[in-house]
Amino acid sequence: MTEHAPGPSTSHRSGGISQPPGPSAALTALIPRLAEACGPDTVITDPMELRTYECDGLTAHRCSPGLVVLPETAAQVAAVVRACAAAGVPFVARGSGTGLSGGALPRADGVLIVTARMRRIIEVDPASRRAIVEPGVTNLAVSQAAEPFGLFYAPDPSSQKICSVGGNVAENSGGAHCLKHGFTVHHVTGLEIVTPDGELTWLGDGTGAAPGYDLIGAFTGSEGTLGIVTKIVVRLTPVPQAVTTLLAAFETTGHGGAAVSAIIGAGILPAAIEMMDALAIEAAEAAVACRYPQGAGAVLIVELDGPETDVLGETAAVRKLAEQAGAFEIREAADPAERAAIWTGRRSAFAAVGRISPAYIVQDGVVPRTALPEVLDRISALSEQAGIRVANVFHAGDGNLHPLVLFDDSSPEQSAAAEVLSGAILDECIAHGGSITGEHGVGVDKSRYLPRMFGPDDLDTMQLLRCAFDPAGLCNPGKIFPTPRLCGEVPGVRRGPHPLVASGQAEIF
Amino acid sequence: MPVAAEPIPAPLTAACAAVRTATPADAVAGVQPRIVAAPASTQEASALLRAAADLGLAVVPRGTGSRLDWGSPPERCDLVIETTRLDQVVEHAAGDLVAAVQAGVRLDRLAEVLGAAGQRLALDPPTLPGTSGGAGGTIGGVLATGAAGPLRLRYGTPRDLLIGITVVRADGAVAKSGGKVVKNVAGYDIGKLFAGSRGTLGLITQATFRLHPVPAETAYVTAECAAAVDACRVISVALESPASPVAAELDWPAVSDPVRVCVALEGDPAGVAGRAIALAGLVGHDAAPSVRPDPPPWWGAGPAAQPDGTVLQIAFWPGDLGMVLAEIRAAAEAAGLDPAVGGSAAAGVLYAALPPDGDPGAVATLVAVLRAAVGRGLPADSGHHLPESRQPLLRARSGARLTFADLRRGRAGADRPAANGQHGAGAAAEGAGTAGRARSGEGPPARANVVVLHAPPAVGDLVDLFGPVPSLALMRAVKNQFDPARTMAPGRFAGGI
Repeated sequence: MTEHAPGPSTSHRSGGISQPPGPSAALTALIPRLAEACGPDTVITDPMELRTYECDGLTAHRCSPGLVVLPETAAQVAAVVRACAAAGVPFVARGSGTGLSGGALPRADGVLIVTARMRRIIEVDPASRRAIVEPGVTNLAVSQAAEPFGLFYAPDPSSQKICSVGGNVAENSGGAHCLKHGFTVHHVTGLEIVTPDGELTWLGDGTGAAPGYDLIGAFTGSEGTLGIVTKIVVRLTPVPQAVTTLLAAFETTGHGGAAVSAIIGAGILPAAIEMMDALAIEAAEAAVACRYPQGAGAVLIVELDGPETDVLGETAAVRKLAEQAGAFEIREAADPAERAAIWTGRRSAFAAVGRISPAYIVQDGVVPRTALPEVLDRISALSEQAGIRVANVFHAGDGNLHPLVLFDDSSPEQSAAAEVLSGAILDECIAHGGSITGEHGVGVDKSRYLPRMFGPDDLDTMQLLRCAFDPAGLCNPGKIFPTPRLCGEVPGVRRGPHPLVASGQAEIF
Repeated sequence: MPVAAEPIPAPLTAACAAVRTATPADAVAGVQPRIVAAPASTQEASALLRAAADLGLAVVPRGTGSRLDWGSPPERCDLVIETTRLDQVVEHAAGDLVAAVQAGVRLDRLAEVLGAAGQRLALDPPTLPGTSGGAGGTIGGVLATGAAGPLRLRYGTPRDLLIGITVVRADGAVAKSGGKVVKNVAGYDIGKLFAGSRGTLGLITQATFRLHPVPAETAYVTAECAAAVDACRVISVALESPASPVAAELDWPAVSDPVRVCVALEGDPAGVAGRAIALAGLVGHDAAPSVRPDPPPWWGAGPAAQPDGTVLQIAFWPGDLGMVLAEIRAAAEAAGLDPAVGGSAAAGVLYAALPPDGDPGAVATLVAVLRAAVGRGLPADSGHHLPESRQPLLRARSGARLTFADLRRGRAGADRPAANGQHGAGAAAEGAGTAGRARSGEGPPARANVVVLHAPPAVGDLVDLFGPVPSLALMRAVKNQFDPARTMAPGRFAGGI
């Protein structure tokens, strides 16, 4: 174990803060080398300043980094990684720190490489519908740069105002509109990376059809474990001619779910379909007075985009299908302001539950869309059994659930029960053929659940990819995989602790 | 070539029920295997590969064999593993718009199954004649080759629709990644790695895909242009218009032929009809646009579908379409050849096909000249005119001078700021001094690539089929991890992988 003590899954309460030890001799020796590579004001060693980097968006896991370095160029990132590799010091990349699985959790014995100063939009090529950006550029800034050309950057995670494109690549971020427009991996055609041994190289050439293996596809979503991205070629998408946003209120989530099935069954592919249950609506109402229809047990937000005539036709069809499924009120946004009003409640939901509960866990699981009603019933039953409230907010179109498990963190029993309930929800997702994470990533938070989804041979095969990129195991170690096999080791039945672990040369957590 | 009459090793017959001695028809790019095996399940494939690994046999997977001549000949080939008995549509969850399919299922058969529920796998690779029936080949073959057709503009390539995969590694271990939900970021995406890997990492036995509804209506707007520059303009008009094309193809059979363009629109019947008529109006009378419910005969059957001879795939940044067309014709002129050119112009993928009896030296010259030209890319200031020497290659018959600025203006459309000289406040805020104006020197080393998909052996001897490959060292490391004994399709892929 490191001094990082895994806390409850995805909890937003403040966890125990451990005191960072002084930097090791290896780290101290690195300080002048990093300062030489990147400049004297780029290396942070002060414990108080280091503390500000102790966690990402998932505050339950905290660990002050040994050192922080803020390079400004790809060459500097490469120099930092080379120095770390030479010294055998682990390193972790961090963008804006908005991740929700502890993927950018630092190492006390390592270097945190923060890409926040790499913020140039290098090129916008509207004729090719491509842009080249540095990893610290925010997701929304790409769309803003593309906007004068009638283009936008399609992946839109809810943190898009602050999250970085580099972090989006690491996590393969989606967003509410990925139902129609796809994830980050569908919109990246070239990556300049620093490999874990410090070499600067391009994956792909921006065409989307480069010869050789699809290393862009393999790298995207690898949660910072295969290298550090230093430039990204993204695809830009034409801004749709028309957008309609509908809000439909139902008595129950079951009725809302029926409407979702009917819409998809009719061959309509909305840009987004979002649902909130009664408790989530109540929280949002208390927080931002979103004025959703009174008495709604569930609200559905359906956004349609595309050519004007098509959107008009689809809007009429969706209204009809929602009514048939039992919608008692349907609102249609006529302009951007009304659209924003409809989205306000949904966007505020995570923060809003903070007002009705001292602490909560944001879960992220996926089930096949048709299993939604059954899984929601199961969650409701599990919630009752445990005496723990669960608010449900979800991307209904793609079956991506975000149950918010509400508990009182001053009660150890409640905290433990919330943790168990949260894990049980993931078990339900797996049992229904789903996934333990749709968009937040595995990070440190869910690595222990990964073996519930994948067998030893599956995980070993993933490790082959890891070993091809990072044989020394220094690049964001300890994330995604619970017990990574060391590269070069023959896979097979393991008895007792690994010899390197037993001898203290390696650690597994 | 005489086939070895040695008996089939017992471990293979023990592992798989359908094992036979290979015949000359089973040769892989001219290399004669000894044995052909057709496992009917992932378990059987696993036992087979384990036995093959123990025996040190080199293995080449095969579907219908329609693209088996893609890539270099294998260094060794002892055992061909045929996927045709892995022919089950394992699950079609219509409500979830996903399907799990074994690798040997043919695309045409899958289309029938999905079509019954009004759904489709939005992949339309060219149909090639194969050793056991073409029809677009098998799921495994399409995945392994990454083959895609006109729909790639909207729906991407096989890797974009793949959500889960089951593979058998060279050592026989069975591994899966992804799953049966579209939104899933748990673990590494091994499926992406196998998509387009040409059998060099292992055997794909099953794949799960995201599906799409069959559109209620499809319309094809076709234009015929006297000059390539006009064709480029039609494509840019289509892309910039609200028509929202799902595909935009170009076909230019010979340098003296007119250049044909066809744009496909999908969706709501009323919407599609209106958009098609509006687009035809934007295209203009000169190009004699027509609107039809069916594609033209050349749709998906251009140079990409030529089964023999040499076929090149040229991938590029879509804004460089005019430059790429000019360079293809310039390289052909330099080599004394006149290839058929066509493909998914709007998506930045063209093909050039040469007949089997072409002079191999000339074909090699074309490839070398073209690689040098597009590999160099545009000058740093892309506002430059197309070089003097290239202009006649795209010039309209009226003799009007064509410049790059013309092409760029054509692409920028009527109601949007031109690519040159303007960029948004967001870009300025990020300190992007060059955004939207000129090509920076900071992008990838090349912004186009030329791959020889297949070629007669005499051509293959003269050219590197894959050309320069970015990050080849990492690819070799991946290969070495997955297949350290180099038994999976050795030597067939980029960089001799």
